[in-house]
Amino acid sequence: MIAIVSETATLALSVRSLHKSFGSVEVLKGISLDARVGEVVSILGSSGSGKSTLLRCINLLETPDSGEITVAGETIRMRTNARGHAKPEDQKQVDRIRSRLGMVFQSFNLWSHKTVLENIIEAPVHVQRRSRAECIAEAEQLLAKVGIADKRNYYPVHLSGGQQQRAAIARALAMQPKVMLFDEPTSALDPELVGEVLRVMRALAEEGRTMLVVTHEMGFARDVSSRVIFLHKGVVEEDGRPQEVFANSKSERFRQFISK
Amino acid sequence: MDWTFMAETFLSLISAIPLTLQLAATSIVLGAILALGLALARLSGSLVLDWFARFYVFVFRGTPLLVQIFLIYYGLGQFPAVRHSLLWPLLREPYWCAVLALTLNTAAYAGEIIRGGLLSVSHGQVEAARACGMPRLMLFRRIVMPLAIRQALPAYGNEMISMVKATSLASITTLMEVTGVAAKIISETYRAIEVFLVAGAIYLAINFMLTRLVQRLEYWLSAHLREPPSIRAGITATVERDAS
Repeated sequence: MIAIVSETATLALSVRSLHKSFGSVEVLKGISLDARVGEVVSILGSSGSGKSTLLRCINLLETPDSGEITVAGETIRMRTNARGHAKPEDQKQVDRIRSRLGMVFQSFNLWSHKTVLENIIEAPVHVQRRSRAECIAEAEQLLAKVGIADKRNYYPVHLSGGQQQRAAIARALAMQPKVMLFDEPTSALDPELVGEVLRVMRALAEEGRTMLVVTHEMGFARDVSSRVIFLHKGVVEEDGRPQEVFANSKSERFRQFISK
Repeated sequence: MDWTFMAETFLSLISAIPLTLQLAATSIVLGAILALGLALARLSGSLVLDWFARFYVFVFRGTPLLVQIFLIYYGLGQFPAVRHSLLWPLLREPYWCAVLALTLNTAAYAGEIIRGGLLSVSHGQVEAARACGMPRLMLFRRIVMPLAIRQALPAYGNEMISMVKATSLASITTLMEVTGVAAKIISETYRAIEVFLVAGAIYLAINFMLTRLVQRLEYWLSAHLREPPSIRAGITATVERDAS
């Protein structure tokens, strides 16, 4: 199923000419992309193309050197410090914007000293200061949605990779984010566990969530996303609807990439 | 072996246990606070703080505690500036000199233990908390510290046991803690073996309880390392069935 998103839908996320270097290596060379509300954008690219760095710059886990990031209408204010490095001007704003972006990591990164339920209610209760009872009720719904309701009192170490990743997705959803960011969510999983995570992500796409997905899952990019972006050496090489770009891409590199 | 004499000695030494415990507890608590500061200084990324903490650890870990106690107890009073300072009412007391020396000394060791615990916290878990918009202090309190403490606890338990034993050195500042009282009894009776046997047994008993306490704490902080609930329930059920 392909989510149909009207061209006029409001922007959930907008990135303008993002640059990022690590030392002398320029990883992002001026990336711009928009995600409208309800859009599912798959970000493809070979390793080293900068796709994970792009995602990590959007919630400022990496600080971009220059460029502009706008989440749900709010632009992150940046300044240059004495040594000429870009820094966020207001850490409170960064924290606020991060709480509107749900991040799912390749290696799950659940908090190992907290149960699945405690992982899910941690940020809603302590960062968003919502009532504990309300958060627990919502967490139970989310656990049911991702199919691990029976694991609420388990610690992460006792779950399989697929279950951990589904718990991590529930944790991100509990913040009621405007945009979900997925950083290679299935790359650390055994092949037989990939399906259960992709099924959850497909369900999220179908309920109209805005998602940015860095992935190597061509099936997901082709069938679930409403847009595909192909990064190559830090620039956007291809950007379009999946049925168009997979069928006849102008980019030689993208055709090579998907033929592998 | 003169059991009556040993029983008498034991009764005299019991009265000194509170002071030994007080010395150990005060210096462990104050030392832990200082140690956390030192560990954070080492990890702060500031060259000045880092080198200050390195130098501190080098000095206090590299010199004998006995020498430190001597220097603080006999040495500080030599400086008029110290004698005229606001702290003099404290620093002229043997008790506070001993607490100061024990605190400064344990902080050097504990600082390195805490630093190890902090470094063991996985980067991914910290990043997940940052990605949720958690402010730094909350992240430290709710994610980093619980994980670091669990990791550091076994080594910290050792350090606490060392501190209980180290309080015996405070006897040279005329403090009448367990070893101080023991030395006094020996000087009156010349029966070193019996008295030190009793004193040693008292330290052993204190450390036995301390070890159990640390074990309890470790168990309580390790829920995530034990079997999951369903397996635990299964084991309990099996045990109950076997018992009935």
